[in-house]
Amino acid sequence: MHARRLSALLAAAFALAAVGGGGATRAADAPEIVIGSILPLTGPSAQTGAGLRTAQQLAADLVNGHVSYPLPMAGKSGLPHLGHARIRLAFADSQGKPDQARAAAEQLITQEHAVALIGTYASSTTATASQVAERYGVPFLNPDSSAPGLTARGLKWFFRTTPHDGTFAENFFQFFNDLKKKNKNLGVKRVAIVGEDGLFGTGASDAEEALVKKNGYELATRVAYPATTSEVNAEVQKVKTSSPDVIMQASYVPDALLYMRGYKQQNVAVKAILAQDAGFIDPNFVKTLGADAEGVFTREVFSLEIKHRNQAVPLIDQLFRQRFADKPLDGNTARDFMGVLVLADAIDRAGSTKPDAIRTALQATNIPGKLTLMPWNRIHFDATGQNDGGVGIIEQVQNGKYETVWPFDVAVKPPIWPMPAWKR
Amino acid sequence: MAVRRGGEAADLADAGVEALATFAQLLAGGLLTGLVFALVAVGLTLIYGVMDVVNFAHGEFLMLAMYATLGLALLGIGPLVGLPLVALALLLFGIVVYRVFVRRLLAGPPEATVFGTFGLLVLMQGLAQALLTSDYQSAPNPPLQGTLRLGPVALSQATLAEGFGALVLTAALFAFVEYTETGRAMRAVAEDRIAATLMGIDVQRVNGLAFGIGSACVGAAGALLMLSYPVYPTAGVPFALTAFVVVALGGFGSIQGALLGAVLVGLLEVFGGFYLSPELKMVPVYLAYLVVVLLRPQGLLGRR
Repeated sequence: MHARRLSALLAAAFALAAVGGGGATRAADAPEIVIGSILPLTGPSAQTGAGLRTAQQLAADLVNGHVSYPLPMAGKSGLPHLGHARIRLAFADSQGKPDQARAAAEQLITQEHAVALIGTYASSTTATASQVAERYGVPFLNPDSSAPGLTARGLKWFFRTTPHDGTFAENFFQFFNDLKKKNKNLGVKRVAIVGEDGLFGTGASDAEEALVKKNGYELATRVAYPATTSEVNAEVQKVKTSSPDVIMQASYVPDALLYMRGYKQQNVAVKAILAQDAGFIDPNFVKTLGADAEGVFTREVFSLEIKHRNQAVPLIDQLFRQRFADKPLDGNTARDFMGVLVLADAIDRAGSTKPDAIRTALQATNIPGKLTLMPWNRIHFDATGQNDGGVGIIEQVQNGKYETVWPFDVAVKPPIWPMPAWKR
Repeated sequence: MAVRRGGEAADLADAGVEALATFAQLLAGGLLTGLVFALVAVGLTLIYGVMDVVNFAHGEFLMLAMYATLGLALLGIGPLVGLPLVALALLLFGIVVYRVFVRRLLAGPPEATVFGTFGLLVLMQGLAQALLTSDYQSAPNPPLQGTLRLGPVALSQATLAEGFGALVLTAALFAFVEYTETGRAMRAVAEDRIAATLMGIDVQRVNGLAFGIGSACVGAAGALLMLSYPVYPTAGVPFALTAFVVVALGGFGSIQGALLGAVLVGLLEVFGGFYLSPELKMVPVYLAYLVVVLLRPQGLLGRR
C-alpha cells in the first residue's frame, strides 16, 4: 500500500519537475507555437549553422522567459496576446544544398505544422525554401541572406530583415555625404571599382557602378578579374592608370592580399580603399599585411560596439558565449537572433496562428533601431518584403584593429581621411 | 594659341612617357610572373618526362609544401632557411608516394595514373580541409617584403626571389639530367624503358628518384611561394592549372620548355589582362596553347 502511494507521489513529482523545468507553470494549458527553422546543420557551413541555431534558440528562450531586455518580446513569458503561449523552434537541416532546403521547408510545414519559417543563411537555399513557403501560404522570414535578387521575386510571403549587398554599396555613398558635412573638401570625384567576377563581386560591383553615376561621381575604371588568379599585375596597372580618388573593392583573401601588395608596390595613391568585407575582414588580412593594412575601410553588418546604442548587446553576447564555447556574437548570429524576435513580435500582434494574420502583422512591423542589436534605423518592411531600415556599418583598420567609424552614432573612432600614404 | 599647342604637345609627351612606363612595368611583371609559374612547372615536367605520368595532385604537393613551410615558420624557421628542409621532406614524400602508390598504377592501363593521381588530389585536399581547416594562413613576418625600384619599374623583392629561385632550380635540374650518371639513367628510361632495363638500369629506382626529385622541386617552390601567398587547402589549384598549360605549351618532359612556356604564359596573361581586359586575361594564354597543340602537338621544345 505504502509502496504504491510512494510511487504515485514520485511520478507526480517527476511530472511537475518536467513541466516546471522551464520555470513556467502555464505552459501546460497554453498551446505551443512552432516556428520552423532551416539551417545548414551539416555540410561545409555546419560550423556557422551551429552558431545560428544557438542564437535562434537563445532568442526563443528569452521570449519564453521572464527576464526583460531592451529588445522586442523578450521577457514576457511567451506571447501575451496568445495566452502566454510558448514558442518552440523546430530545426531542419538544409545541408547548404538548395534541394535539401526545399525538402526541409516542406517537412516543417506539413509535419511540424510550423506557423512560420525562418532561415536559411545561404542565398541559394533561401531561394528554394521560400518558394515552398510561398506555395503553402506560410510566412517566411529571412534574417541573413544578402543576394539583392531575393526580394525582387514578387513573393507575397517573403520578408527579409537584413540589408542586402546593394544597401551596403549605398552606405559607402552615405558615408561620403556624412563626411562632406563634416569636412567640405573630400576630394573624391573618380571611383575605381574592382571586383572578382563571381556572383559576389559582380553583384557588389554592379550596385556600386549604378550608384557612382546616380550620385554624380565619375567611374575611373571597372576591373572584373577571376578570383582564383595568382597575380594581379594588369589589374593594378589598370587601376593606377585610371587615376582614381577612391577604390571600391570586393575580393576574397588571397586576391585581397595580392591587390594590397600591388597597390603599395605601384604606389597607387588614393584617398581611401572601401572594401565589401570578405577578404578584407578575414583575420589573416591584418595579420599578414601589418602596417600596410592601415586605413583600409570595410563594411560590416554588426559590431559589439553597438552597445553604445543598446545595452542589450553585451548581455546577449554574454549569454551567447555561455552557450557557444565562448565565441562572441557576430554579424550572422546577431541577425538570426533578431529574426526570431521579429517573428515572435508579429505572431503576438497577430494574436493568432493563422498565416494570413501573421503576414498582415509582419507587414505592420515597425521596430525602432534602438531596440535591436543591429546598427539599423528600424525594422519595417517595404512592399517587396525588404526591411527598408537596414544599414551596414563601416570599419577602418586603425592601429591594427577594426574600429567602427560609421554610422557616426555607433562609431567609436573618427575616420582617418584620407588613409595614410604607403610606408616605404 | 602657340602656348596652348605647346601645352598639348607636352601633355602628349607626358602621356607617351606614362604609356611607356606602364609597358615596362607590365613587361617586368609578366616576366617575373612567368618565372613563378616555371618554379611550379619544372617538377611536373620532370616526372612526365621520365615516366609519362601527369601528376594531377601536383598542386596538392605544392599545398603540402606550403603548409610544411608554415609549420617551420611557426617554429621560428623562416621560408628561406626552411627551403632545403621542405625540399628534402617533399623528396622523401615523393619517393614514398611512388613506392606505395604510383608504381602500382604504372602496372595498370594508362588511364590508371590519371584517375589515381586525381584521386590523390581529392584525398589530399580533403585531409587538409579536415585536419588544418579551410582558414587562410600566412607565414609570420616573412623576409623580403620590400620593393625594388628601377626607374619607373617597381618589383616585389619576394617575387624577385621566387623568379631567381626558378632560374636556379631550372638550371640545376637541367645540369643534373644532362651531366650526372643518374640523370643519364633517367633519360635512358624516358627514351626506352625496356632497353634501359636490359642495360641493367633499375627502372623502379630511377622512377622513384624522378618522382622524388620532381616533388622536391615543388617543395622548393612551396617554400618560396610562402613569401607572398597565404596557404589554404586549395592553394595549389591556381598554380597547378597554369603549370599544366605551361608544360603542354613548352613541351611535355622538356625542362627548358617549361621555362620558355612559363615566361610566355606570364607575358600573355599580364599583357592580355591590361590591353584586353582582366576578365579575359586567360584567353590569349589558352589561345596560344591551342595554336601550339594544333601546329606542334609535342609542344615548343618537346621531342616526339
